[in-house]
Amino acid sequence: MSFINYAQREIILKIVYYGPGLCGKTTNIKFIYSGTNPDARGKLVSLETKQERTLFFDFLPLSLPAIRGFKTRLHLYSVPGQLFYSASRKLIMKGADGVVFVADSQRARKEANIISMEDLKENLQAYGYDIDKIPFVIQYNKRDLPTSMPVEELRADLNPDGRFADFEASAVAPGGPGVFETLKAVVKLILVELKKTK
Amino acid sequence: MLSGQMVIYEEEHQQLTEICERLVRDALAKAIFVVDKDGQLVTATGETAGIDTTGLASLVAGSTAATGSLAQMLGEEEFPVHFHEGTSKHLHVSVIGETLILVVIFDERSSLGLVRLRVKRAYLEMAGVIENLNRKAKAGNKDLDIFGEITDDDIDSLFNDAF
Ligand SMILES: Nc1nc2c(ncn2[C@@H]2O[C@H](COP(=O)(O)OP(=O)(O)OP(=O)(O)O)[C@@H](O)[C@H]2O)c(=O)[nH]1
Ligand SMILES: [Mg+2]
Repeated sequence: MSFINYAQREIILKIVYYGPGLCGKTTNIKFIYSGTNPDARGKLVSLETKQERTLFFDFLPLSLPAIRGFKTRLHLYSVPGQLFYSASRKLIMKGADGVVFVADSQRARKEANIISMEDLKENLQAYGYDIDKIPFVIQYNKRDLPTSMPVEELRADLNPDGRFADFEASAVAPGGPGVFETLKAVVKLILVELKKTK
Repeated sequence: MLSGQMVIYEEEHQQLTEICERLVRDALAKAIFVVDKDGQLVTATGETAGIDTTGLASLVAGSTAATGSLAQMLGEEEFPVHFHEGTSKHLHVSVIGETLILVVIFDERSSLGLVRLRVKRAYLEMAGVIENLNRKAKAGNKDLDIFGEITDDDIDSLFNDAF
């Protein structure tokens, strides 16, 4: 849920990165951190295990310029992708304004992607949200790997009707192709949605 | 939009800040934060310099959400108050109403007993402010017009400087 603070003249949008374990959610957020002007970013908070797996969440606050006199702030969160962290994932989804689903392009992760998408839908339903009605984009990550599936196959699994905007990305490659495109797309959808509900 | 909007107006912001300013003095606290349950900072008072207030807000909300879920697993509705004791600094966290969390940071100048006592009083005042806010929200946000005027160019220009 967007948070509008008239006293501070700011609006805060919460965006959650979702997807199976090791798909690259944390890598996306770290790349966004490193690619953002230092004045525009806050501290990156990562709650992770010793093996650098997300334990609870990553959190990155960004500030964008003002629109109509209101500062726009983005709060990016990533969920822990490992299956058994289901309860934590659900907590982090609460109050989200938009969701990015990061898929792992590697063939070995085909099933994991599909299961994670089902898990996302269930968690959204638990809060009464419908994936077709929320600002939602998909990112096919790890396009740089030779083991990656063709995009058509990923699309058939995760976006069969082509209903959602989707992007190819490689969050570890130099320049992180696709990472900012994905973020911009979801922010746009959120703002358009806010305009509509007005 | 997933779940409606949380809106804070100038008036309630002012009232919450005043309550916190009083509480900082009465409880001999170092700093006080009001955070919304989804992790956004509402107001901060006291010695907040050097504290990453945005990060603090998201961590407090995360830990409160986790504690709340633990409570439900045990058949409790919530653990409305939790306390973290450090060697020199301590954290007193209490859930206010449906939406907000009050965080008091204190050190050896104060004590848990004093903080508890003062928080109780502030709690009632804050609950009153929140009630007002909820009433306003139900009445409809007629002055929520910032988005109506947003153009596609506005949205595009958002990204020009930051990245
Ligand atoms: N080749 C390649 N590796 C990637 C890419 N993105 C992430 N990785 C690697 O994949 C591994 C896991 O990345 P993380 O970002 O930690 O994955 P995560 O989705 O946050 O995982 P959890 O926290 O367990 O849910 C790391 O070793 C990354 O370097 C990519 O685009 N290409
Ligand atoms: Mg991670």
